[in-house]
Amino acid sequence: MTVLEQPGTYTPAPPPSWRPRTEAAPLLPEAEPYRVLGTRTAEREGDTGPDADLLRRLYAAVVRGRRFNEQATALTRQGRLAVYPSSRGQEACQVAAALALRAEDWLFPSYRDTLAAVARGLDPVEVLSLLRGDWHHGYDSPGTRVAPLCTPLATQLPHAVGLAHAARLKGDEVAALALVGDGGTSEGDFHEALNFAAVWQAPAVFLVQNNGFAISVPLAKQTAAPSLAHKAVGYGVPGRLVDGNDAVAVHEVLAEALERARSGGGPTLVEAVTYRLEAHTNADDATRYRADGEVEAWRAHDPVTLLERELRDRGLLDEETVREAEAAAERQAAELRERMHQDPQPDPMELFAHVYAEPTPQLREQAAQLRAELAAEQEAAAARPAGNPAAGEETR
Amino acid sequence: MSTAVRQHTAARTDRRPATMGQALRRALRDALADDPAVHVLGEDVGTLGGVFRVTDGLTAEFGADRCADTPLAEAGILGTAVGMAMYGLRPVVEMQFDAFAYPGFEQLVSHVSRMRNRTRGRLPMPLTVRIPYGGGIGGVEHHSDSSEAYYLATPGLHVVTPATVADSYGLLRAAIASDDPVVFLEPKRLYWSKADWDPEEPDAVPGIGKAVVRRRGSSATLITYGPSVPVCLEAAEAAREDGAEGWDLEVVDLRTLSPFDEETVAASVRRTGRAVVVHESPGFAGPGGEIAARITERCFHHLEAPVLRVAGFDIPYPPPMLERHHLPGVDRVLDAVARLQWESGFTSGRDGAEGRGGGAL
Ligand SMILES: Cc1ncc(C[n+]2csc(CCOP(=O)(O)OP(=O)(O)O)c2C)c(N)n1
Repeated sequence: MTVLEQPGTYTPAPPPSWRPRTEAAPLLPEAEPYRVLGTRTAEREGDTGPDADLLRRLYAAVVRGRRFNEQATALTRQGRLAVYPSSRGQEACQVAAALALRAEDWLFPSYRDTLAAVARGLDPVEVLSLLRGDWHHGYDSPGTRVAPLCTPLATQLPHAVGLAHAARLKGDEVAALALVGDGGTSEGDFHEALNFAAVWQAPAVFLVQNNGFAISVPLAKQTAAPSLAHKAVGYGVPGRLVDGNDAVAVHEVLAEALERARSGGGPTLVEAVTYRLEAHTNADDATRYRADGEVEAWRAHDPVTLLERELRDRGLLDEETVREAEAAAERQAAELRERMHQDPQPDPMELFAHVYAEPTPQLREQAAQLRAELAAEQEAAAARPAGNPAAGEETR
Repeated sequence: MSTAVRQHTAARTDRRPATMGQALRRALRDALADDPAVHVLGEDVGTLGGVFRVTDGLTAEFGADRCADTPLAEAGILGTAVGMAMYGLRPVVEMQFDAFAYPGFEQLVSHVSRMRNRTRGRLPMPLTVRIPYGGGIGGVEHHSDSSEAYYLATPGLHVVTPATVADSYGLLRAAIASDDPVVFLEPKRLYWSKADWDPEEPDAVPGIGKAVVRRRGSSATLITYGPSVPVCLEAAEAAREDGAEGWDLEVVDLRTLSPFDEETVAASVRRTGRAVVVHESPGFAGPGGEIAARITERCFHHLEAPVLRVAGFDIPYPPPMLERHHLPGVDRVLDAVARLQWESGFTSGRDGAEGRGGGAL
């Protein structure tokens, strides 16, 4: 018998349990991206503005990040890096992400987020391991609390949720911040991660760096949503829309979201609206899919300039401070250059070392085969007459 | 329904019949009790106890944090399990049915299997993925796949599949204790197979990576695993009874597909000189091809016949009314054994382990 056939049990409206747990309104993101820099006089009268110390730290880190992007791109031209996805234009997002974290929090970066890892204090050469190609991953993840730079899109998001959930189960006040691009929000893992985080109220914060393109595909072909931050509402998660070139605004929004997460308030989805000033990677030709005019318009909204202007307006930036920041950035670049010009010597036998805790019999056999091949190579090299080191061997 | 696998230990008074499902549940329970880092998660594993009831009662005993119902999302389950393992937990996840693990495949091959390698051992992935697999239960589409070839093709994963009640307990405990990810394939048509088993004294099952000779024999080796083990044991009995010149078949249960116990298999084939690999999953590019190639490489001079394979057809798993035509049964195994004569006029057993018996070419 169906419900309709039972007299008296039919109610025209679904019972109350069918209602969403949370009203949509408080979850909705801002209509316009939230900004702090340059808004003080107009909208924030009497406001003393962002903390001077924070401004200076963000400025130094953004200048260093800009220089890092230039240096790493140059290293691709010298064949020292296999590939580099520049985050020029997005430095504010990356730096703010790193500086919003506490030591005990975890960062889950994607391949473009080298800067966030470096700004968190990691060794730049170790961070570049993946892109240089000497190993898939170069730093101590558990030690630094930075997950490996993740290449398959959005797959790091559920990892962040699981880690945050585990930390909460253990009673630790730890939050996980996961970074993803605008294209990555179309992947199924984005959905599953947000849904898991919401249902579990996991202390995870998601930062979408909407830089306009997924390689060549513009945002309009990725989504029909009013904004990517709007996607949060469907999960019962607050969405925040922020100007991604405004380091202070991103830092403020993330710090607040992370604090909420740590104190049991659940996840937040933050969309930072920014722009990728360079091509997808050094191997990409951006002129095929975007007009110069668009790039120029975004150059006028440069994250370094925005910070500089604020600092100057507040009397916090003199020529000396600028020189110091630039000198520090230059020192880092020079050190990077020098260390990257040393040839890495990866040990081929390490290929078998970390497949399993204990190598299988089959892997032991294969390791023995490679060891013999390497020994034969060495023997052949030793037997070659001196003065003709490359004889009989392909140049590498 | 297949015959239960005979337990080769003598029956004792404190032993009671238990099903494979009960032994698996007991393994999960004991793992949860012994190690607070162990967490069970999956679809319907909480209040319901899983669709096969393998997790029955675990939430009541250990709480909803230790045995957790998750949203319905296989990539989400596996992906969050990766993060949990990164934070020092040992997740045991349940995929509801073989074909429903596919949405989680990406996490499994791109991250679960590689995280140890990528991080040079700093982030091991001690997680167990339990997947009920295989046919013979009359399931509709997507409820009977044998997907082991996919997992076997992924370095970094262990692939384990028990065939007996005692092995189910022992191997699942070993899988959960392993610091590497284990795809634990549960032959779902054996969930209800029974054997005498004392949960207080579980049979000592060697860890992951050891095959076992289930039945001694001298004229050919059947190499098999999971749901096909009882089929092969039945075939061996039938072959012996099949007239005066019957075959004396050895049956090797692999228990672990990866790592693969080449030694036990090679030793057996060297003794018998003939081999048939039997499994349910499609034969083309299936585990049987790999095993046959390895046997040929290792035992070529001992072989009296090519290594044969008896496998499921190379078709999407058929609808329930036709599955009996697809599944390798006793007759198909015996047909293969008959083909092992290989124009050799082979008659009966072999004369000695190293001898070249029976008028081979
Ligand atoms: C699962 C997956 N599919 C395809 C790719 C290839 N790919 C690399 S980057 C990229 C575009 C990503 O765009 P977006 O998420 O917006 O991040 P952005 O590169 O702009 O930082 C694609 C398609 C990939 N890395 N992973």
